[in-house]
Amino acid sequence: MAAVPAQQMQTEAHITVQDLTMAYGDFVIQRDLNFVVRRGDIFIIMGGSGCGKSTLLRHLIGLKAPAKGEVFYDDVNFWRAEPDEQERMKRKFGVLFQSGALWSSLTLAENVALPLGEYMDLSPTRIREVVSLKLALVGLAGFEEFYPSEISGGMQKRAGLARAMALDPDILFFDEPSAGLDPISSRRLDDLILELRDSLGATVVVVTHELASIFAIGNNSVFLDPESKTMIATGDPKDLVESENPTVRTFLTRGES
Amino acid sequence: MKEALNPAEVAEAAVESVTTENNTPGQRYQLSFERPTDNALLVRLAGRWRLEEKLPPVTEVQAQLESGAAVTRVQLDTTRLAAWDTGLLTFLAGLYTLCQKRGIAFDNAGLPDGVRKLIDLAFAVPPQKDTGRRGELPPVLARIGDATLKLLRGAPEMIGFIGKVTLSLGRLVRGRAQYRRSDLMLIIQDVGPQALPIVSLISFLVGLIVAYMGAVQLAQFGAQIYIADLVGIGVVREMGALMTGIIIAGRTGAAFAAQLGTMQVNEEIDAFKALGISPMDFLVLPRMLALIIMMPLLVLYADIVGVLAGMFVANTTFDISVFEYYQQTARALDLRHFAVGISKGTVYGILIAIAGCLRGMQCGRSAQAVGQATTSAVVTSIVFIVIAASLMTIMFQKLGI
Ligand SMILES: Nc1ncnc2c1ncn2[C@@H]1O[C@H](COP(=O)(O)OP(=O)(O)OP(=O)(O)O)[C@@H](O)[C@H]1O
Ligand SMILES: [Mg+2]
Repeated sequence: MAAVPAQQMQTEAHITVQDLTMAYGDFVIQRDLNFVVRRGDIFIIMGGSGCGKSTLLRHLIGLKAPAKGEVFYDDVNFWRAEPDEQERMKRKFGVLFQSGALWSSLTLAENVALPLGEYMDLSPTRIREVVSLKLALVGLAGFEEFYPSEISGGMQKRAGLARAMALDPDILFFDEPSAGLDPISSRRLDDLILELRDSLGATVVVVTHELASIFAIGNNSVFLDPESKTMIATGDPKDLVESENPTVRTFLTRGES
Repeated sequence: MKEALNPAEVAEAAVESVTTENNTPGQRYQLSFERPTDNALLVRLAGRWRLEEKLPPVTEVQAQLESGAAVTRVQLDTTRLAAWDTGLLTFLAGLYTLCQKRGIAFDNAGLPDGVRKLIDLAFAVPPQKDTGRRGELPPVLARIGDATLKLLRGAPEMIGFIGKVTLSLGRLVRGRAQYRRSDLMLIIQDVGPQALPIVSLISFLVGLIVAYMGAVQLAQFGAQIYIADLVGIGVVREMGALMTGIIIAGRTGAAFAAQLGTMQVNEEIDAFKALGISPMDFLVLPRMLALIIMMPLLVLYADIVGVLAGMFVANTTFDISVFEYYQQTARALDLRHFAVGISKGTVYGILIAIAGCLRGMQCGRSAQAVGQATTSAVVTSIVFIVIAASLMTIMFQKLGI
């Protein structure tokens, strides 16, 4: 899997979203979303605060059924699949929630170890090694025995990231991974995301507002607009800077051009 | 696994090449060693290095380092590596740490690009040291000591809390306490009217039991009419308040602890403090007031239901008319008995509010801590109630009330 170059993988669709409408009861958040995430993409979900980015992630990771429309993983229609099939697909996802969502009564090591223990047949020593490696990758080596309440907000985010990577998932979903991180950690996180894609062949879906990150790592994106309640752009963020849509252009240039 | 090998054999083998293989069909990795020069060790990794294969521990390399001439440099060859994931990375991270510990150079030139970058990332931030944390449990004696100290610290904390509540009540009296009337009303509704069904059920059944058991005995002397005295005095002075106290401890005390505990977890209490609002005034005071106001009413209600249950038993099973029963009860009871029962109930209410709020405010920052706070609130309330009940019963006896 490491042998397949990233460029080659980026031709086949990995996630396909068709005519998706998101709503809480009668309150429609976004409608008519259509986009494709290709295998090996680093796909950015952009848009102003409250436009429905986290909600879109919840539809993609199987936490909330869409009001209308389909989500395909490869050729399988996720929301029409049997529950067993859905569980099998979910096991290939790694998710970082916006609030970190670490299990508060487990230490960081136990948080990362839990998915490994549940889904893989590994010895306790091996699990400990994997846990240390994952925590080291997010710069948290030595914090194994801390509880989530005993580390900072940014550290909780990074620990959540380590947990999301625990099972070497096919697809990683990150909700604002760099919120609360300093520029250096944020940069290291971008490097990590690129490496996860290049080396382990993962597809990565990221919600982020950091322009630097968007341009550094993103090669595909969707832009959600809260006013028209639909997507107004999709494609490589570097091309979207030239978009004729003023909202998108202003967002990507911070209104400076 | 290495103990089986004779060190001399290992040294000899190392000169040519030692190979460890996992030959389960479909799952194979190869680990072999070579000595290109006297003080360099070449580690050759081939095949599938994935987590689900039972990969070798780093101690295999360590055994190589320890045999033969001293090694100053570890080189890697991964040209025949077929597939890899975290399994390979953990092995290499272990090897890297081992080399660092022994002052051996780790030459990563032979690694695939991606692996090299990930290993670099993993060691970009040096591990945090001196965190005072160890994975294993402290020895038994230390744990007993810790538990004892914690228990001893509990008493001053509780007294401190009672002090703070008193100060807060003082501010209330002077009209300077900061809390919201609407909160108080909501809590009152939750504590009082919403508890009526369960209070009715329990007091009716307790009244029924007291009446029935008493009547069977009294009937032996033809003194069934004294059921009214027995139930009246028993329920009004003691059982009504006690039962209500225990119900409210389980219902409301637990709710208080869970509410305040969750607020502690979400840093909501810190947010009040940061704003300069005393959580004592804003959160504890209305809860305390609600119980002080509602407990007497609930106890009175429980007393009446209990007496009615006695009347029901007397009327249906022992043919005592409602009017007779009422007359006898009125003779047996006077306001004094109600005052005793209601004052007991009020004390229980205060104790429940203290226990529930104290445990909630002491809650740690995890979901499990909220559970512990809730359990502890109920246990503490019930212990307080039982102790207070005994003390007050003795006190009222001595005072002849
Ligand atoms: N459980 C819910 N019930 C009702 N409405 C909700 C719920 N969760 C979110 N919403 C609404 O959905 C909209 C989108 O919320 P969402 O959390 O997806 O925003 P977001 O794009 O992730 O914003 P941010 O960048 O601030 O995280 C908001 O208007 C919010 O009010
Ligand atoms: Mg969000």
